[in-house]
Amino acid sequence: MEIGERLAPHTFRVTRADLVRYAGASGDFNPIHWSDRVATKVGLPGVIAHGMYTMALAAQAVLDWAGDPAAVVEYGVRFTKPVVVPDDDEGTEVTVSAVVKGFTDSGHAQLDITAMCGGDKVLGQARAVVRVG
Amino acid sequence: MSLDPSFVGRTYPPTPSYEVGREKIREFAAAVGAVHPAHTDPDAARALGHPDVVAPPTFPIVLTMEAGAQIIDDPALGIDYSRVVHGDQRFSYTRPVYAGDRLTCVCSVEDISSRGGHDFVTTRTEVATVDGEAVVTVWSKLVVRGEG
Repeated sequence: MEIGERLAPHTFRVTRADLVRYAGASGDFNPIHWSDRVATKVGLPGVIAHGMYTMALAAQAVLDWAGDPAAVVEYGVRFTKPVVVPDDDEGTEVTVSAVVKGFTDSGHAQLDITAMCGGDKVLGQARAVVRVG
Repeated sequence: MSLDPSFVGRTYPPTPSYEVGREKIREFAAAVGAVHPAHTDPDAARALGHPDVVAPPTFPIVLTMEAGAQIIDDPALGIDYSRVVHGDQRFSYTRPVYAGDRLTCVCSVEDISSRGGHDFVTTRTEVATVDGEAVVTVWSKLVVRGEG
């Protein structure tokens, strides 16, 4: 692995059922993640994914590449745009890619992560430090 | 309404211990599409040198979101939760979370600022075992949207 190496993009399909499942698993039952009525009342276009769900998917893309489920040493993101999930069978798609930006003194890889949904960058300053080799 | 910056540095009491269960890790892993067997099969986890099944990296949010309610619901600070949006999130791991861990969270207010009519609160949660072994530090930046 070297600086500039790109991880093959992963595309995740996100449906309402995924949000309900994530709500149950995480304990985050904020109704903006399952009720259009509440989401639109607070000014959103409709139900949006939990930011933490998008963050978790992006981590999976990185971990699949690292091959070790315990490889993440540091991981941070900014939630820049909501992932709007329509109430249909298709839902929406989030595509995650990453590039190796450098290495820490301990030899861990520093990755810059990009997560896109419908042409919008949904995570900003998304960076992970991952144990490699 | 601006939040009182004198809350910066305030630390809240440790939360009651949370025992990480294998089935909770399995449920969370399934929800985020984490399919590695080390999340669900103790033997697969041990073969990689772990004491038990490994939680996915964002799993600590299960504990820290609840722990952070100490700050968000603190009437003295006075955050209007209906105006809160999740701004940033960061995890720094000393080691992974494993099934069988008994964890406690200590939350503090790391930063408060105001910009463009919005308030920003950064919370920091130290997640450690009940025996005092550091596991992960978690930061959440919350945006409290102004009424404008």
